[in-house]
Amino acid sequence: MGSGASTHHHFAFQNAEKAFKAAALIQRWYRRYMARLEMRRQCTWSIFQSMEYAGQQDQVKLHDFFSYLVDHFTPSSHRESEYGLPHGASSCLGVTYGGDFLNRMFTEERVPQDSEVEKCSDYESIEVPDNYTGPHLSFPLLPDQATALVEAFRLKQQLHARYVLNLLHETRKHLVQLPNINRVSTCYSEEITVCERAYVFNGDFVDRGKDSVEILMVLFAFMLVYPKEFHLNRGNHEDHMVNLRYGFTKEVMQKYKTHGKKILQRLQDVFCWLPLATLVDEKVLILHGGVSDTTDLELLSKLDRHKIVSTLRCKTRKENEKQAEEKGKAKQTSSAGSLAPWFLPQSCSLPSSPLHLSSHKTHKAGRSSSVPCSTPLDPRGLSRQARRSVDLELERCRQQAGFLVIKEKEEPWVFNPEADSAAGELLEPTQEEWRQVVDILWSDPMAQEGCKANTVRGGGCYFGPNVTKQLLQKYNLQFLIRSHECKPEGYEFCHSRKVLTIFSASNYYAVGSNRGAYVKLGPALTPHIVQYQANKATHMLTMRQRQDFPMNLLEEFKKHDNGKTGLITLSDWAAAVESVLHLGLPWRMLRPQLVNSSTDNMLEYKSWLEDLAKEQLSHENIQSSLLETLYRNRSNLETIFRMIDSDHSGFISLDEFRQTWKLFSSHMKMDITDDGICDLARSIDFNKDGHIDINEFLEAVRLVEQSCSEGDAADCPQATNTQGSGSWPATEDSLVSVTQVAS
Amino acid sequence: REIGTIIRSLGCCPNEGELHDLIAEVEEEEPTGYIRFEKFLPVMTNILVEKRYRPIPEEILLQAFEVLDPTKRGFLSKEELIKYMTEEGEPFSQEEMEEMLSAAIGPESNFIHYRDYITMMVIDEN
Repeated sequence: MGSGASTHHHFAFQNAEKAFKAAALIQRWYRRYMARLEMRRQCTWSIFQSMEYAGQQDQVKLHDFFSYLVDHFTPSSHRESEYGLPHGASSCLGVTYGGDFLNRMFTEERVPQDSEVEKCSDYESIEVPDNYTGPHLSFPLLPDQATALVEAFRLKQQLHARYVLNLLHETRKHLVQLPNINRVSTCYSEEITVCERAYVFNGDFVDRGKDSVEILMVLFAFMLVYPKEFHLNRGNHEDHMVNLRYGFTKEVMQKYKTHGKKILQRLQDVFCWLPLATLVDEKVLILHGGVSDTTDLELLSKLDRHKIVSTLRCKTRKENEKQAEEKGKAKQTSSAGSLAPWFLPQSCSLPSSPLHLSSHKTHKAGRSSSVPCSTPLDPRGLSRQARRSVDLELERCRQQAGFLVIKEKEEPWVFNPEADSAAGELLEPTQEEWRQVVDILWSDPMAQEGCKANTVRGGGCYFGPNVTKQLLQKYNLQFLIRSHECKPEGYEFCHSRKVLTIFSASNYYAVGSNRGAYVKLGPALTPHIVQYQANKATHMLTMRQRQDFPMNLLEEFKKHDNGKTGLITLSDWAAAVESVLHLGLPWRMLRPQLVNSSTDNMLEYKSWLEDLAKEQLSHENIQSSLLETLYRNRSNLETIFRMIDSDHSGFISLDEFRQTWKLFSSHMKMDITDDGICDLARSIDFNKDGHIDINEFLEAVRLVEQSCSEGDAADCPQATNTQGSGSWPATEDSLVSVTQVAS
Repeated sequence: REIGTIIRSLGCCPNEGELHDLIAEVEEEEPTGYIRFEKFLPVMTNILVEKRYRPIPEEILLQAFEVLDPTKRGFLSKEELIKYMTEEGEPFSQEEMEEMLSAAIGPESNFIHYRDYITMMVIDEN
């Protein structure tokens, strides 16, 4: 304490100054801390998103592969007949095998869609046992039944297959009456709020989480109870192809062992009948993905949405000439061996693309005639001969399918005016129609102007503010609401608040990763956002496992290690990891989280990989390159298996297995001997029942790898499979532990 | 500003004033709100090479808190912290203040035991 006034004053001044400095220091430090947190959060986000989209990309690539095969191997009912193979056919594949096999794949895929073989009586024949304690449904559905359904699910009960099918049947009936673009009006008048609330659900109801079935049931039930207020839009996951990969198919088959495939068939159908978009008061357009610069709402409202079975792969009309064009294009523009997937809208910013022209012109007219090759736009195409035979075969297949289509239309209870007018004709969508649907279900907004192909997703496009503006102007709309992308706050405005992204699943990637939100449209259609976050994350969402992580990395690291010292620099590490995973992540930043065993900037990569492998419960041999390739494609293999097992029986015959192997190996450019596969096929069938189930199938892959391995001593234990014979460690339920981050 | 986030996450700890100067250095002639990478890179590299804006060691941080707590109780009251953070130094915005408080203390509590607080934050960071 100072004695004099001045000293006191001086002291006080000093104190003040110190306090000031202290505060400044604290603030400075705090801001830095927050910045680091923010950076970390963004990194985590990128990682999660990359992995999600990488999964989707894979799916797309896989279907390219199948499309490619189907196009290049003419379907044939005669095993022995020969067709001239167009370019690109691998020499190790017999035409006959490929042809017949693919023929079956091709037609079988269509059968469930077009023939309502079981018709309305299929669920009636299913008995509900007396000891069933779950909810019962009777139709027409009453509100309290719908509520009871929710309650039942909350109590973890399962709806009996009979009711599921019944519900789906009724749902279909309802959906069929709806237009492609649903119109909803809010009915605010000046004095009173007349309207009961209307709800729009914007797609992607399934494929994430373990309760997709239950969610669908609830949605459909409420839709039936309140048909005027409850609206559903189709999302890109309302698609049986996507479901195969992302887990919904599996969920259904697990929950409904007896009737699962029937349910899946029904669902496939119901999904196709979901409306594509909802328009509120003619002013606000709600759809799942986005738009492109060619989005044509009139076309969208007129097309037969039921025929867009899957947005991933589509057999469209006039396919053969598209095929020829694509091949011509592919030859010209891309490197040998890569086929341009035909839903990539390369024509997005090129108004005068040949794809556009032919489709537009033949839109209405084309529907009623099966047009053979029109303008031969392909300069270097196939010989006329080959193309002609391809035409014939495709025609024949379509007619076969067409026959089934006609049969359906005769059924009295299916009232479909659109279909009736086109009865007797082939009702496949045109290329243009299909692409329009893909665009609205898969596109994402971007900040830059313009419109370009959405390479991350593999379908749809990125659309800029000018595209939005153009569309809103053209159709006199106020703004666009879409979903499709996870957002940290559950919502995000962009394009000068003309586009609103709404994402309703909180904790989507992990606990605490994001909030969910929904939007209420008030008077004058002003949006009000409501956010929330589920507190108890009872479920980690399905995520693609980093299955390619350990295997290819070793090879890649070795490349950087010329002196075979076992060490590589950290920057080499980063480069190697990126070149294997292609995730586009800031590896250097993540390094501290992933690598804690480096000294002097060098990393002993082998031991690092081993540590990683241990963490991943990986117990496989990591030496073989064949193993690496197949590991990387493991989930692809699963999907393939399920696709070949088209009747979802859970089994494929030995023959099919052989053929699968050949097809796949040719795509991956590996050499497999025929005999080796045959022996293998027989040896895989462990229980010798003449069939291979999924576990046997995957185990086979693993065994082949081992027998082909380079004979390096493996220091990993052999096949200590913790989950029973032949099954992989659970891939889809584990949260990828790439980084330990503070959220 | 995102530039601030980037710079700070690279290990530097500038204060707001220094940050503003930096931004002015790398900004475009007509402020578009965006920074070009080509301009940013050399400036940032310099900063890193010169080891400017070094982060604050834990002990210094502790001392800073103790300055604000002259009687050495070991804690600051919520009101005191708010007062200092929003009135002194380079004041926090409302949002920053709320964020800091939510991390530092529970909703019921009124006191920030700064020693624990620092330790917690530092661990989180690593």
